[in-house]
Amino acid sequence: MSIGHTLLGLLESGPRHGYDLKRAFDEKFGHDRPLHYGQVYSTMSRLLKNGLVEVDGIEPGGGPERKRYAITDAGITDVERWLATPEKPEPYLQSLLYSKVVLALLTQRAAADILDTQRSEHLRGMRILTDRKRQGDFADQLICDHALFHLEADLRWLELTAARLDKLAEAVTA
Amino acid sequence: MTRVSPPGSLLAAQDLRKAYGPTTALDGADFSIHPGEVVAVMGPSGSGKSTLLHCLAGIVTPDSGSITYNGHELATMSDAQRSALRRSEFGFVFQFGQLVPELTCVENVALPLRLNGTSRKEAERAALRWMERLEVDDLRKKRPGEVSGGQGQRVAVARALVTGPRVLFADEPTGALDSLNGERVMGLLTEAARSTNAAVVLVTHEARVAAYSDREVVVRDGRSRDMERAI
Repeated sequence: MSIGHTLLGLLESGPRHGYDLKRAFDEKFGHDRPLHYGQVYSTMSRLLKNGLVEVDGIEPGGGPERKRYAITDAGITDVERWLATPEKPEPYLQSLLYSKVVLALLTQRAAADILDTQRSEHLRGMRILTDRKRQGDFADQLICDHALFHLEADLRWLELTAARLDKLAEAVTA
Repeated sequence: MTRVSPPGSLLAAQDLRKAYGPTTALDGADFSIHPGEVVAVMGPSGSGKSTLLHCLAGIVTPDSGSITYNGHELATMSDAQRSALRRSEFGFVFQFGQLVPELTCVENVALPLRLNGTSRKEAERAALRWMERLEVDDLRKKRPGEVSGGQGQRVAVARALVTGPRVLFADEPTGALDSLNGERVMGLLTEAARSTNAAVVLVTHEARVAAYSDREVVVRDGRSRDMERAI
């Protein structure tokens, strides 16, 4: 998944410190793989350098200074573009797609549109494989079938998620 | 906002609305298809995709909206004209129970031609040609109860195509078949339709079936989204 885009999306609801960002990320997305502090700060440095976030304030504390980050207009546009761009169909996309859907819900974007766009991209891949299968020999058919079954499994997940968007919205915004 | 169907459409619908009592089935759906094109209509159960197909085929009259076939508005046609259109220009394949059990397979395939007044000999000759294309000519003397589900469905496809329709409506045509038979039916159906430049409106919830289409339209809560034009 794209940690940078996810952190940017989390900043859309308002400025946060690195620590708050890590906590929000772990709660929403990092169930079995929480972020390391180092990942948060290196990602924020990169986003800052690229003009996607800015420092909203600095609070001195007992330890190092605490920077509060805010998303810039360029950052919002970047998240928007990332959410709208379908992912290349490949196995084990779920965590990335899940992140996109949850972020869309958190930021009041059309999560159903993201799922529809992704479904279309998957179907595009399935059409290519179906054509190849029809023209190929038996070995090609088996190889294409393997890929088709994986894409089909993703698509079933997309369908189920689309059918349960209201419930997911309730869960993530609670 | 005025919605315009894409130029060159054979069959096009704009802003279709249909309710069954308090239940809204279509809520401003659009659709268009060109000759030779295979379009999958996808969406969850109860989303309105079968109602859309029935409206497009002139089986169900929408409460409002426009449907044009070859430039002619369906709403301005009489029932008799719409029936004639369905017999001569449209073909249908459904999920279940399409073949007449008392007739042999070749008689089933020949039936639409017989109803249009074609002689028995000529109708059965044309039926056999289509049965060969669908690889079921060896079943000509069998009755539907004596053939497998996949074979019966290929016989049904042959029957749907025997009149040379310009639009083939297929509502979950592989819904009752296992995946191998389903793919065989889809491969033969789309190949046969493309060879005659027939347009295919394919309602399905199965991605592997939709993968035989050129593009897909998603129906959700009675509204349609053309994914090719949406991206």
